[in-house]
Amino acid sequence: MSVSAQTIRHEYLRHNKKFPHVWCPGCGNGIVMAALLRAIYRMELSKDEVVLTSGIGCSGRMPTYLDFNTLHSTHGRALTFATGVKLANPALNVVVVMGDGDATAIGGNHFIHAARRNLNLTAIIINNSIYGMTGGQYSPTTPFGAQSTTSIYGHIEHAFSIAELAVTAGASFVARSTVYHAQLLDKLIEQAMHKQGFAVVEVISNCHVQYGRRNQLGGAVDMLKSYKENSVTVARAAQLTPEELEGKTTIGVLADRQLPVSTEEYEKIRLRAEQSGGKL
Amino acid sequence: MPETPSKRQLLQGNEAIAHGALAAGCRFFAGYPITPASEISEQLATLMPRFGGTFIQMEDEIASMGAIIGASLAGVKAMTATSGPGFSLIQENLGYACAAEVPCVVVNVMRGGPSTGLPTSPAQGDVQMARWGTHGDHPIIVLAVSTVSDCFTTTIKAFNLSEQFRVPVIILSDEIVAHTRECVELPAPEEVYIINRIRPNVPPEWYKPYEGDSRGIPAMASFGDGYRHHITGLVHDDHGFPTENPGEILNFHQRLTQKITRGFPEIMMTRSYRLEDAEVAIIAYGSVARSAMRAVEEARQQGIRAGLLQLITLFPFPRSHVTPVLKHCRAVLVPEMNMGQISREVQRVNQSFCAVVKHNRVDGQVITPDELSTRLIKL
Amino acid sequence: MKKNQASRYEIRFSGSGGQGLITAAVIFAEAVGVYDCQFVCQTQSYGPEARGGRSKAEVVISDAPIDYPKARRLDLLLAMNQAACDAYFRDLSPGGLLVVDATLVEQYPTSRIVAIPFTTIAKEELGREMVANMVALGAVGVLSGHVHAASLEKALLARVPIGTEELNQKALQRGMTEAAKVQLDTLPRSIFNDDEV
Repeated sequence: MSVSAQTIRHEYLRHNKKFPHVWCPGCGNGIVMAALLRAIYRMELSKDEVVLTSGIGCSGRMPTYLDFNTLHSTHGRALTFATGVKLANPALNVVVVMGDGDATAIGGNHFIHAARRNLNLTAIIINNSIYGMTGGQYSPTTPFGAQSTTSIYGHIEHAFSIAELAVTAGASFVARSTVYHAQLLDKLIEQAMHKQGFAVVEVISNCHVQYGRRNQLGGAVDMLKSYKENSVTVARAAQLTPEELEGKTTIGVLADRQLPVSTEEYEKIRLRAEQSGGKL
Repeated sequence: MPETPSKRQLLQGNEAIAHGALAAGCRFFAGYPITPASEISEQLATLMPRFGGTFIQMEDEIASMGAIIGASLAGVKAMTATSGPGFSLIQENLGYACAAEVPCVVVNVMRGGPSTGLPTSPAQGDVQMARWGTHGDHPIIVLAVSTVSDCFTTTIKAFNLSEQFRVPVIILSDEIVAHTRECVELPAPEEVYIINRIRPNVPPEWYKPYEGDSRGIPAMASFGDGYRHHITGLVHDDHGFPTENPGEILNFHQRLTQKITRGFPEIMMTRSYRLEDAEVAIIAYGSVARSAMRAVEEARQQGIRAGLLQLITLFPFPRSHVTPVLKHCRAVLVPEMNMGQISREVQRVNQSFCAVVKHNRVDGQVITPDELSTRLIKL
Repeated sequence: MKKNQASRYEIRFSGSGGQGLITAAVIFAEAVGVYDCQFVCQTQSYGPEARGGRSKAEVVISDAPIDYPKARRLDLLLAMNQAACDAYFRDLSPGGLLVVDATLVEQYPTSRIVAIPFTTIAKEELGREMVANMVALGAVGVLSGHVHAASLEKALLARVPIGTEELNQKALQRGMTEAAKVQLDTLPRSIFNDDEV
């Protein structure tokens, strides 16, 4: 690519009042945001046709900084707002960015139903295993035994695997990356945005301030290094035993299937309704 | 596009709300099944696609409210309908619609409460919740319906107010109104007076999504039409960006409140019945207003000079309509199918003008004309 | 108290859930309101169960706009079972008329009664017990004297499911014929006065 990554970022960042941003130095959110921008740049989408929606939390602030149609909704409800936007104007390219607590705790019900409904939306879930903004409380992806401000004696619940949950709930496209694999990430986001149907990209990300620090995982660089060391591709994972996969993160495309998309199906409903005059 | 039925037809209150929404230009409905509001969903599931609109049944009422906000931001008039338990769930996103100034209409067909309550029995228990249910100070418009014909016209009015003032508007119905069938003659589409939100007329680079006009109401762009902007439930400045600046926070609150205050004359609606020479009056709303009208008639036959002020607008409370009644009458009876939710408002504005007497029923039964005329005679 | 609403006529259709009483009341109301152009209010009360349990539906007819939409003193009560007959009989006005399904109601609380075996007619003559409500509707239409037969028929055809029009129409006609045989003036004038029998 002839254009520099920095040029791309500046093309899409809002340059009127809204900086400095709220993310801590070294936060993985910036890497995800840049990957999203590279994907949008490559897709040659006009800024006007992109709607970026978020919930609440650190990830929720991303739309504020970007020059699209942006919607910072309520905690866990981003997918419901996005559903309304998409159904009202199917021509818009709607991307939803959420955190792990946002998407799978308070918004868990919306998440599985969005996957089942198969609307043409792209969901990016930044999974940092913790509630960062509120001060490091345990989330649905905090590992068993981990420390958080609400599990100082060790966490006794079990973590969701977000991507696998999305596959089971029926999403058309499901992929996972880490913030270390930034170039894989922008390709996966691009694939997800091209996909007709509900597409999920889970991004394993570092919250070294609230999670890494309390669990002896080091700083941002140490955490990214561990993502490099502990990630295996989907192809490689297929050759490993469950024991060998213990503690590893599978990255790549986990599901890619062609299912009827609800906006297109609803067009058929309109036709049937018109032809039948409401009487079947 | 199908022909809108314009001939006389027998409709339930709930069905008339669905027709009213379509006549007002509503083209998006999201809902979740709940008694006694489900007929609104069923009607719109059938009719919406015929009008080129969209119906969706969401996973819960929280999602329904989120979806209608999203649709409205994309430029489509949107509505949801629910009953008490669902009304509790929508409150979070209702507050969002207040803060982000997203026009939309929420119908609450009230049942007996609290909690799951009495799903198939009439009540008016959600009046104060409609006003104050979502957290924080916020403006809101709450309208009440009492007949099938009201259901149609008030739903149109609700959309118009919502679009004009950029606020969510709540319609409170009750089980009796919802399920009563009456004949209505629906007007042809061109006969319906419709207000649409003001769109920006400045170039996109000049557009400030939360800068009020002379009445404090900002022009509203839709997602996708070139005016890229930011929408948030955080307190925001004129650009829509979060702010912690005290001056900007204050501006935000003042404008939200003042745009409604300035609109009082258009928003506040009541109906007067035989009040000209009344010595005693009933102030009522919803289906109770119908019992009240009969009671006034029967009290008059007994030589009692009785009258009725029917409230269409419950909030902002129509003080300027209520005060003259309080001043001119010896006593005012406020019957409600709750423990006294509007009577609190009547008492609040009554500065020792007259006696305000409550009449409450929470046993799942309708307030009958007999019990009201008996009270009137003793006032 | 003088009954001021001389123009008001109140009917209640009662029985158990699943007997189609709300459907019957809706068709009646549509006939009166849409085709006869009178003022009409149709209401119902029901429990959470879709079948069984008590069910009632009311139609209030008037030549002026209707304020209170529910029935207060019934001019006609249709009771499709004993429980409904017992529960609602006392809501009849003294000059009101009790119409019962003779198949399912055995004990009559008054002599001012019209008893027609709606269910038996539906089952044995028409072959479908489920149209007993339409037989009853036909009878109530005639006995009330407040709706045109043609209007009732039009409303019925507009409301019943496609493919069942003929059966339902036949049931309605059968009820009308049965009711036409009744000589109302031979009944006692009041539900409380049995001496005149």
